[in-house]
Amino acid sequence: MWTMDPLIGVEVEMVDNAEMMMGTPDDDGRFGSFGGRFVPEPLIPACLELEAAFKDAWGDPVFVEEYESILHDFGGRPTPITFCRRLSEDLGISLYLKREDLAHTGSHKINNVIGQALLTRRMGKHKMIAETGAGQHGVASATAAALLGLECTVYMGELDTQRQELNVFRMELLGATVVPVTSGSKTLKDAVNEAMRTWVTQVDDTHYCLGSVMGPHPFPWMVREFQRVIGDEAALQSKELGIGTPDYVVACIGGGSNAAGMFAGFADSTAQLIGVEASGGAAITSGSPGVLHGMRSQLIQDDQGQISEAHSISAGLDYPGIGPEHAHLADIGRARYEQAGDDEVLEALQLLASREGIIPALEPAHGLAWILREAGRGIPKGSSVLLNMSGRGDKDVAQVLSILKGRP
Amino acid sequence: MGISLSERFDALTKEKKKLLIPYIMAGMDDSWLDIVEAVIDAGADAVEIGLPFSDPILDGETIQEAGLLSLANGTTAFSVFAELAKRSLQVPLVVMTYYNIVAHSGHERFAGEAAAAGITGSIVPDLSLEEVGDWQDVARSHGIDSVLLVAPSTPHERTREICARSKGFVYAVARMGVTGEQGALSDDVHGVVSKIRAVPSPPICVGIGVSTPEQAFDVSREADGVIVGSALVRKILDGEGAQGAHAFVSSLREAIDR
Ligand SMILES: Cc1ncc(COP(=O)(O)O)c(C=O)c1O
Repeated sequence: MWTMDPLIGVEVEMVDNAEMMMGTPDDDGRFGSFGGRFVPEPLIPACLELEAAFKDAWGDPVFVEEYESILHDFGGRPTPITFCRRLSEDLGISLYLKREDLAHTGSHKINNVIGQALLTRRMGKHKMIAETGAGQHGVASATAAALLGLECTVYMGELDTQRQELNVFRMELLGATVVPVTSGSKTLKDAVNEAMRTWVTQVDDTHYCLGSVMGPHPFPWMVREFQRVIGDEAALQSKELGIGTPDYVVACIGGGSNAAGMFAGFADSTAQLIGVEASGGAAITSGSPGVLHGMRSQLIQDDQGQISEAHSISAGLDYPGIGPEHAHLADIGRARYEQAGDDEVLEALQLLASREGIIPALEPAHGLAWILREAGRGIPKGSSVLLNMSGRGDKDVAQVLSILKGRP
Repeated sequence: MGISLSERFDALTKEKKKLLIPYIMAGMDDSWLDIVEAVIDAGADAVEIGLPFSDPILDGETIQEAGLLSLANGTTAFSVFAELAKRSLQVPLVVMTYYNIVAHSGHERFAGEAAAAGITGSIVPDLSLEEVGDWQDVARSHGIDSVLLVAPSTPHERTREICARSKGFVYAVARMGVTGEQGALSDDVHGVVSKIRAVPSPPICVGIGVSTPEQAFDVSREADGVIVGSALVRKILDGEGAQGAHAFVSSLREAIDR
C-alpha cells in the first residue's frame, strides 16, 4: 500500500505496523520488553492525557502542517546532506553528513520542541518545563516557548549551570527561567528528577517537554516521531543524491533522540544502524536492565541498583540511561551500539574542522570518532556512511580550547 | 515471621481504631532500629521502612537528604533486611522503595528476604496499576501485601480499579506533589478521601505532607489512618534521636485518638 507521507510530501510505502521495525509501541508503551510507564500515580493521568493528545494531533493534518511549516520557515528545514570529499578520500569510504547542525538553535533538538510546544498549546496549557544537561534542549525549549508565547522554566544541574554559563544566559535572553538543581549529583539525571517532581505540582497548566526519547510512555515514542523528520528527509535525499541506501547510518546517543529520528528513516532498509555512546555513559554496552525516569531500559547502575553518574567530555551524552526503543533495537539485533572515548572524540572534532570546514558538537564527534576508527577495518573500504551531524560545535569551543591548551 | 498487614489493619479498622504509620529511612542514622522500636512503643500501628534510592522522584528535600545519608552509610536492601531480622518487632513492617531496587535483586529474592525480615507490606510508588502485576503476585506468595496509591488526579474508574487491587491499605496521596513537610493541609485531602470512599477499598491511609498532630487529627476525621514521613525524618535529621521520635509519634497518636 502506498500513501502520502505528511512530513516529506512524497509517496512512501506503508508497512503494516506489526512488521515494521520502528512502529508504534504496544498499549503499555513497550518496545519489546523495554519502555512502559513507571511513574507515581499522580503523574499517570497526565501521561494518559498526553498520549491521547499526541495521537489525536499526529493524525490531524492541520497540526502536522503547522509543525512542518514552522520547521521550514523558522527551523531551517530541510537540512542538507553534505558529502565530505577530503575525508572520504583519506578514509577510502564515502562519508556523508546529515546537517542537523544547520537547523535553528544549532542542533536537532528544535524538531522535538516545536512539536511539543504546539502540543502544549493544543492541550490548553500555557507553561512548559524542561530539563537540560549541556543546555541545548533548554535553549531549544526556550526558543519554542518564545515563538509560541508559552512560559518556560528549565531545570539544570547546578554543576552544569556553572559549566555552561553561556547557555544559561541564552535561555534567559529567550525569556526562560533557569532553575539550578542542587539535589543528588547536580547533573542531568537530577534535572530530570526535579522536572518530574515539579510537573506533579502543576500538571493542570504545565507540559513537561522532555528532551529525548526517554521517560514514561508516550515520551519515547512521541519524541521519536517528532525527530523522524531527520531520517525521513535523509532517506529521500540519499535517493535523490544517488547514494541509494547507505551501507551505514551512524548517530551519537545520549538519550537517543537524534539517533532514533535518523534510524526511523532507515529501519526498514538494508542500512546497518550504528549508535555511538560515550564510553563514560555507555548504557547499552556497559549497562544492565533497570527502571529509571519512568522507563524500563538499559542503565548504568551499581550492584545494588543505584544509578551511576555518566562522565564524558560531552555533557549532552552524560546520561546513565538510553531510550527504551534503542534497548529493544539492540536486543533484536537491528541496531548495533558502540563506544567512543574522549581523546578520539577530540581528534575527530579537530579533523572534521580542519579537513571539511565543519566544527561539530562534541556529541556527533563521537559518531565520527567511531567511523574514523573503523574505516577500512569494521567498515569495508568503499562503503557509504551517513553520519547524523546532530549539532554544531559553537557551544563546545570554549571547553575544547581549555582542554587543548591545558594539555601538556 | 511478620505480622500480616491486611489482617492487622482490617481488625483495627473494625474496632474503629485510627491507624498510625510513621516512616523512617533505614540506615539514615546508626540508631535507626532503636528509632523504629521507639515509634512502635509510642503507638505506631505499622512502620514504613524506607530503602534509599539514588533517584527518588516522589520525594522532596527531607527524605532525599535522609536517603543520601543512608546511601553514604552503605545501606542496601539486604543490609536492612538482615538488621531487621535481628529484632522482633510487634507491628507490620511496610517496605517503601523505588522499583529499580526491587527489580535489580529480582522479585523472588527481594520478596523472600523481605519476608524473612518480617516485612508484610510494600509501597513501590513508581509501579503503577499497569505495571504492578508481576511484583504483586510474587509479593503475595511471600505474604507481602502491595499497597497502591490513589492521587488527587486519579479519575473515578481508575480509583475503583486501584482500590480493588491495593492490599493492606490504600495510600491516599494528600496533595499533587512530592513528600515534604507543609504548614497547612491541602484542600485535596477531602476530595481524594471521598473519592475512595465511593468505591470498595481496604482501609484508607492518607500520606504525603501530613506534618503535625493537628493535621493528623484533621485527616483522621475522614480517613482510616495517617502516614507521617518527612516531619519525623526531619526530627531525626535534626538529631532528636529515639527520644524525640517517641515524643513526636506519641503526640500524633494522642491527636488521632482524640
Ligand atoms: C548536538 C547534540 N547531539 C546529541 C545530543 C544527545 O541527545 P540525543 O541522544 O537525545 O540525541 C545532544 C544533547 O544535548 C546534543 O546537544
